[in-house]
Amino acid sequence: MQYDEKRLTRIVATDCGSTTTKAILIEWVDGEYRQTIRGEAPTTVEAPLNDVTKGVINATQELEELARLKYNNPNIKFMENGEFVIPRQGDVGVDAYVSTSSAGGGLQMMVTGVVASMTGESAERAALGAGAIVMDLIASNDKRMNHEKIERIRQLRPDMILMAGGEDGGTVKHVVEMAELVSGADPRPRLGAGYKLPVIYAGNKEAQENIKETLKDKVELIMTDNIRPKLETENLGPARDKIHDLFMEHVMQQAPGYDKLMKWTMGPDHKNVPIMPTPAAVGNIMQTIAKDESIEVMGVDIGGATTDVFSVFTEEFVFNRTVSANLGMSYSISNVLASAGLENIMRWVPFDINESELRNMIKNKMIRPTTIPSLLEELVLEQAIAKEALRLALEQHKQFASSLKGMQRQRDISEAFSQSTSGATIVDMMTLDLLVGSGGVLSHAPRRNQTAMMLIDAFLPEGITRLAVDSIFMMPHLGVLSEISTKAATEVFRKDCMVYLGSCVAPVGRGKIGKKALHAKIELPDGKVFEEEIPYGEVRLIPLGVGEVAKATLKTSGGLILDEEKNKELHIDLHGGVVGIVLDTRGRRPFGIPTEKQQRIEYLKKWMREFDAYPETILV
Amino acid sequence: MAQAYSAGLTVTESIFLKKERLLPLKGSVLVKKGDKVKAEDVVAETLLPGKVVPFNLANKLGVTPAQLATFIKVEPGQQITKKTVLAENKGLFGLGILKNTVHSPVDGEVESISAVTGQVLLREPRIPVQVKAFLDGVVTEVIPEEGVVIENKSAYIQGIFGVGDETVGELKMLATSPHEDLDINKIDESCRDKVIVAGAFVRFEVIDAARKHGVKAIITGGIDDQDIKKLLGYDIGVAITGHEKIGLTIVCTEGFGKIDMAQKTFDLLKRFDGKKTSIHGRTQIRAGVIRPEIVIPLDFEETELQSQEESLPVLEPGTLIRVIRQPHFGQIAKVTGLPEQLTKVQSETLVRILEAEFEDGTKISLPRANVEVIASTT
Repeated sequence: MQYDEKRLTRIVATDCGSTTTKAILIEWVDGEYRQTIRGEAPTTVEAPLNDVTKGVINATQELEELARLKYNNPNIKFMENGEFVIPRQGDVGVDAYVSTSSAGGGLQMMVTGVVASMTGESAERAALGAGAIVMDLIASNDKRMNHEKIERIRQLRPDMILMAGGEDGGTVKHVVEMAELVSGADPRPRLGAGYKLPVIYAGNKEAQENIKETLKDKVELIMTDNIRPKLETENLGPARDKIHDLFMEHVMQQAPGYDKLMKWTMGPDHKNVPIMPTPAAVGNIMQTIAKDESIEVMGVDIGGATTDVFSVFTEEFVFNRTVSANLGMSYSISNVLASAGLENIMRWVPFDINESELRNMIKNKMIRPTTIPSLLEELVLEQAIAKEALRLALEQHKQFASSLKGMQRQRDISEAFSQSTSGATIVDMMTLDLLVGSGGVLSHAPRRNQTAMMLIDAFLPEGITRLAVDSIFMMPHLGVLSEISTKAATEVFRKDCMVYLGSCVAPVGRGKIGKKALHAKIELPDGKVFEEEIPYGEVRLIPLGVGEVAKATLKTSGGLILDEEKNKELHIDLHGGVVGIVLDTRGRRPFGIPTEKQQRIEYLKKWMREFDAYPETILV
Repeated sequence: MAQAYSAGLTVTESIFLKKERLLPLKGSVLVKKGDKVKAEDVVAETLLPGKVVPFNLANKLGVTPAQLATFIKVEPGQQITKKTVLAENKGLFGLGILKNTVHSPVDGEVESISAVTGQVLLREPRIPVQVKAFLDGVVTEVIPEEGVVIENKSAYIQGIFGVGDETVGELKMLATSPHEDLDINKIDESCRDKVIVAGAFVRFEVIDAARKHGVKAIITGGIDDQDIKKLLGYDIGVAITGHEKIGLTIVCTEGFGKIDMAQKTFDLLKRFDGKKTSIHGRTQIRAGVIRPEIVIPLDFEETELQSQEESLPVLEPGTLIRVIRQPHFGQIAKVTGLPEQLTKVQSETLVRILEAEFEDGTKISLPRANVEVIASTT
């Protein structure tokens, strides 16, 4: 249901996170939708308050107070007697209240399939796309013994299970066997001892009766269309919808205070607007924007415990989301060290540090996650760790966001010698138009230039890419808002959600340090012209403000290319931002970073100086 | 007066504690309200469902799943032993020649039989699980079928990080100062079954010696990240600990690296040298934070037990704080001011800071997020 600006003039949207409930106010001001005020309060889903609505009330009260100050109007209020007044009547009330939630650990699921890389992966994709954390994928061929699988299912205590397996009309034996394992494990839900665990079956239709027979007494069984009716077709929609329904009906109902919150979320005509899992809402807004502007988008949200990567690629606007559950900047920071290795972290550090000192520093950050790097050296180290966490999260995302595996493909002669296979990633950094970062280490970096540098070093965007940060992580709010007003969501996304950092130009290919790489002529709006023959292995930063556009003539040397059509010369408009235009000739595929320590430190210092990332004191 | 709330670990010579002791599944509670219990007493017990053993009977018998029904000798719910025949075929021409008989691989119960896969699920006997009181105290509430609430008065210390589960032993001071790097020669048979206290640091070799001498737990200021890795055989990626089976429990009061134990913590432990101590290393740093605990029960009258308002530690001028991040990590200072405005620190981060003074009179300012309260003025 969509409403227009006559019916929606003031909206409150909240995102109830595990620790903080963030509220924003969106208003129709001077002929456009703007996000005008934001407030936050601790989430109150746990003891002693045990009621999520308390945090919502507190965050909304902050909005009310700030609105009164902003408009110098003491009569403004959004709630009366602890509930929203809907629709708005003058100064009192709002036209809609919407919310997302990841409180209480979000939606935690286990998925099963027959072949891990086929039906298993489809099930995982459906669950992740619906905003879940996938605790484990159990498949017939995952090499664990059956009794180990049963033990694992029993230990996990998910909020729900999604079962896939087999194409329609295919063999039923394997998928029934998996159901037997689930039945044997007799799994219990994480929240609420008094209800049966919801299990969605989205596998071979022919097996439905057998599955019912096996599971009906043990779990709350829900049947839906096969997620992989044929090997070459993936049908995630019905399973995703069922996950959302069950999330509302079962999981949310069990969380303290959600029964009340679910009744609060509504549009101006009191029609209910379902609460969305936070990541599902992010997916929603990213797809909306990608379609609206016909672009490819990638977003990353790096938190204390996990890193989420979202992307919309290809002409069909295929959305993918991955959660790197153990890559984060506080709770999981030691795991970044374990996964990336010390050497990979140190390659971003322009000074020497004792290894055991660094290891203990990282562990101390893990056990005291709220501390702040007060020393410059510690900031540089944390940002080096962030680059590796982001790099690993992207690697996982690339692997996961792929075309369907297991398909027979007919190839024409032009493809006969290419490497493309079924299951190849659809993530193409060369065609990516917009890269958006979010999460503490990116949003709260003391200098935005550091944010740009972290995004570029970790993600290695290719060709021409715009960079931005969602500084207060407003995407969840806008995702659920788009359910009632796409117009409001997209307008606010463009005007208030994104802080554009600028554009990155990175020619792709191999080169030699010091040899000619990129000739750039950039005509800036103030009439000045930047022109330089930039050698390979360098970085240049050209300031260009938010909303400004520069005309660029780019010409590469030595086999480097600038876009997917392998052009070596481009005449294009480059968009500015709070950082500006970054010209990066350090190469891609491979990215060149010296291996010898002294030389590496020398180069790092040079690049960081060009980026204006850190004070000179640490670069001398 | 300027003040702010701050994170902090509790270190106190006397506190009324209230602990829920719950079963993982419903079962029976063995004590009643008002009972006085010892830490070692079992307060509730239950039987966990036994392990499920999947067993492909059709394959073993050499028949198709659909044929299995003809040969099966058991039914779901039936109790079985390793001697029970699960299925048996009739042999060649039905004459018993080369007859195939399949016995149960386990004792227990038949859970289910599938005609689709030919698989039977067998469940091993139930596993008894007991919950102990963990601390000497009084049962103040019984939650029927689930567990109890135990209350007592204790000296109480929260650690910052630990490994290993709940254990109980007598407290034994080994270090003579909070700066001590514990000497391996201090570990001997007199440490058996004790909870030993080190100073600033305890090395792997010392921990290993303690293990060999049957030490129950070690309390230390700091520990090296690589020693923990050696001890566990793996690197701790995320901070969820307490389940490790390494032969003893370790609780760090300060953090990783060689860090002096806070004088207050050290003095408190010293005062209770020789007393019975309950301790666990469980740590979870996320919503619903769990920190390791050291509990030394004190004598008390039941009438003393009353619910207390939980309050957050307050930062205000005069508050004693400990710095929990570089620079000055581990040092103690007294708050002298809490400026309102955001201030840029060396890393250029804009933060709320506090001003403080070290014992030697040196003045510093640092982010409020990088300190913890040791003692308020109130």
